[in-house]
Amino acid sequence: MKLVDHFATGLDAPICLTWELTYACNLACVHCLSSSGRRDPRELDTAQCRAVIDELQRMQVFYVNIGGGEPTVRSDFWELVEYSTDHQVGVKFSTNGVRLNEKRAKWLAGSDYVDVQISLDGATAAVNDAVRGPGSFDTAMRAMGNLADAGFRDFKISVVMTRQNVDQLDDFAAIADSYGGQLRITRLRPSGRGADVWDELHPTAAQQRQLYNWLVAHGEGVLTGDSFFHLNAFGSTPLPGLNLCGAGRVVCLIDPIGDVYACPFAIHEQFLAGNVRAPGGFSEVWRNSPLFQDLRRPTSAGSCSSCPSYDSCRGGCMAAKFFTGLPMDGPDPECVQGYGELALATAGAPPKPSGDHSRRKKPVPLSIGFGQPADRACDTSPLAGMR
Amino acid sequence: MFDPKRPYRCSPQVALRPEPFGALVYDFTTRRLSFLKTKQLAQVVATLEKHADVDSTLDAVEVAPGQRAAYLHALAGLADAGTIQQREP
Repeated sequence: MKLVDHFATGLDAPICLTWELTYACNLACVHCLSSSGRRDPRELDTAQCRAVIDELQRMQVFYVNIGGGEPTVRSDFWELVEYSTDHQVGVKFSTNGVRLNEKRAKWLAGSDYVDVQISLDGATAAVNDAVRGPGSFDTAMRAMGNLADAGFRDFKISVVMTRQNVDQLDDFAAIADSYGGQLRITRLRPSGRGADVWDELHPTAAQQRQLYNWLVAHGEGVLTGDSFFHLNAFGSTPLPGLNLCGAGRVVCLIDPIGDVYACPFAIHEQFLAGNVRAPGGFSEVWRNSPLFQDLRRPTSAGSCSSCPSYDSCRGGCMAAKFFTGLPMDGPDPECVQGYGELALATAGAPPKPSGDHSRRKKPVPLSIGFGQPADRACDTSPLAGMR
Repeated sequence: MFDPKRPYRCSPQVALRPEPFGALVYDFTTRRLSFLKTKQLAQVVATLEKHADVDSTLDAVEVAPGQRAAYLHALAGLADAGTIQQREP
């Protein structure tokens, strides 16, 4: 049995676990995977978070990727980071940089087993702030400056690739170099609020080729979270990393209220496997939930089975298919052979999101007497955006 | 230089997690994840510290004679990567 087949049938514990600590966020990025903004009142408290960490230690999960929301806005965030690293669970956390002042950067530089990932979606303020909000470019650059000044080497600069920033790849690499950081680029997903902006922001077919060529040229020097395996159908040079969907097999997501989902890009009731607060905790969900067991069974290539590229791309990303209304056993919406576009032409309506923590722009006046007010850009109500 | 006549150990910053295929290896300092692709190799790495040298570890774990060269090659690679290191006798 090849190593990759072991991964496909699932491991005793996840290799890579993402834990969104809060849905609260000071920003409102247009492509947020978790539709974050407002804190969920059912959020795990400090003691419950510690219990999760204890369990991850028992399962020998070597490290967690902590995100949100903006995890550093939790008042117990730094305490939880310390608790985790004290219990042999390393931490890499994603932040927009809002709390990374000089003092905190020094603390981080001095702590073992903590890695930091700053989100940046444009190499210029104009491109970044259009997606992440006004001032967010300056916040990120200030945080990177503080980390560099404190001597924190090899922190990650994490970029979601969009139609607006594919041309800036070299500029991102230069920014990473100038701060002694490491560039990490990941794929835009039509998940969360990303569904609303997918059509205008996902890279064009020509840009996908450009991205693939750039990745091949830069090899192991750039991190990708192994998120571009769908591009392998372009050619004979496989991208480095694990080229298969790891959902429920080697990765999963714990959300702020303890719900366990198959992957960070699939926060939807269809991919909900259980909750860490239920009897048996996280390990019971990981090992025995019917959803994860199902994901570990061999999958059919479906309409991709006659495609010679299937062995390279493995049908692409489950979440990208699901949130664009495509069947699981068919092409990815960004299939580089063009089968995704064909499939989309006849696809049904994309699923409705099952959770939304976006901040409401204004309090809803109770005196309005006609129907539910719309608060998402994709709503077709003529009242959308008019309140 | 890797020397199977000397005592070794799994490096202190490295954690091994047994898996059906062998073991996952995580280095907390370099934050690199790697794999030991057989259970026997995982057992060798985990028990190096209990034996006088690498050769006697391979004996104790009963690595087949035909496999020894391949195991020594793999262990030399692990020594280069810092996964295992020499210890004081």
